[in-house]
Amino acid sequence: MEGRVPPGQYVTLGFPVLSAGPTPHTPLDEWSFSIDPQEGESTQWSWPSFQELPTQEFVVDIHCVTKWSKLDTRWEGVMIDTLLERAGLDPSDPSVQGQFGVAYCDGGYTTNIPVNDLVGGKAFVAYRFDGAPLAPEHGGPARLVVPHLYFWKSAKWIRGLRLTPVDMPGFWESLGYHNYGDPWREQRYQGD
Amino acid sequence: MAGAAVSGRLGGAPRQGAACPLVWQLATVTAIRPETPTVKTFTLTLPDWMPHRAGQHYDVRLTAPDGYQAQRSYSVASEPERTGEIDLTVERLEDGEVSTYLHDVLVPGDLVELRGPVGGYFVWEPGMGGPLLLVAGGSGVVPLMAMLRHRAARGARVPVRLLYSVRSPEQTIYAEELGHLDKTDPLLDVVYTYTRSQPKGWGGYARRIDRRMLDEVLATLDQMPLAYVCGPTLMVERTAEELVATGIPADRIRTERFGPTG
Repeated sequence: MEGRVPPGQYVTLGFPVLSAGPTPHTPLDEWSFSIDPQEGESTQWSWPSFQELPTQEFVVDIHCVTKWSKLDTRWEGVMIDTLLERAGLDPSDPSVQGQFGVAYCDGGYTTNIPVNDLVGGKAFVAYRFDGAPLAPEHGGPARLVVPHLYFWKSAKWIRGLRLTPVDMPGFWESLGYHNYGDPWREQRYQGD
Repeated sequence: MAGAAVSGRLGGAPRQGAACPLVWQLATVTAIRPETPTVKTFTLTLPDWMPHRAGQHYDVRLTAPDGYQAQRSYSVASEPERTGEIDLTVERLEDGEVSTYLHDVLVPGDLVELRGPVGGYFVWEPGMGGPLLLVAGGSGVVPLMAMLRHRAARGARVPVRLLYSVRSPEQTIYAEELGHLDKTDPLLDVVYTYTRSQPKGWGGYARRIDRRMLDEVLATLDQMPLAYVCGPTLMVERTAEELVATGIPADRIRTERFGPTG
């Protein structure tokens, strides 16, 4: 455990639920996921077609800004690299990496993350947790997981990723929380 | 944190000087008041006080002699009209490393490190209107109390219902003050549900919050309310879903959940 818990965090064995409003329940036949590039058409997957994408299992530590950390969480999902490639974008291209991603979700939630923090296997869209379908209160049917940033960046109920040339603060980033959110530098709030 | 219902009009400045770092400051404990057998209110005087928004919280940080630090967030219970100091109401959790220290060790005159105010969504100000439906589970009443105190201090004529689920009358936080508000403010009603034990002759609710209870409380309001729900995860999850089912738009329901953190 030594060296795995960022400053100001404590380890929990539970899986706390935190969100600002009611949990949305989107039926799977109405669900879709999109990659929206700056130019050109969006690439969209239905739930069945999303299931056909290659998945990987990820075992990662997660860190919530409300101070809890949970170690060795086990997820299954699709790497953002895979989604970008299928959308015709090269995740190793510096001009792609220099862009910003805005994750948007059912319920209206958004969060902003540099694309460089989403590629190279650093982030994925997960739809299974601990061997079972991801529960709605934990972000199911699918959520973004960006384990190296505070967990509010791991947007629940994700429906798409929009690429933008400039960084635009998302929901919590506009409400006093840090724009980037590195738990190892304790970037909890604006100015940290 | 992750995931939220957002409406377009909810943006705006989260707090004054948002771009400035929120610095840690040493507050002085000036009073400690027991609220229930397991809950105390700590009054803290801040060298660098700034007005909070009702519903916001502060982070408290403890440092052990070996340098180990523990932090927790606690909702402000007092109204921003009380300048220079804040009240934090804290429940003592048996295995909590911060709440046990605050309860068992702290005495008036001690210094505590904290920073805030933090959080810009689970907040209410008179300008946001109402009517207000506040739903509390246990110590989830704390940020809602800040809203009630703020409303009273501002003389806001916003109808409000507080539905407060608590195990027993002895576990009720702010019972006396809520009783006074209930009696003296014709626009305010406090409705209790005692889930474990009830006073003798109790004719009110004695079960967990459910749809029928919410319908009955909502029936006393003649407009679509702004709802704030705070309490343990399961209670908040269920209540928020029931409120959506009654027809309240998701962007008029704000939630704050706490798990077993201490």
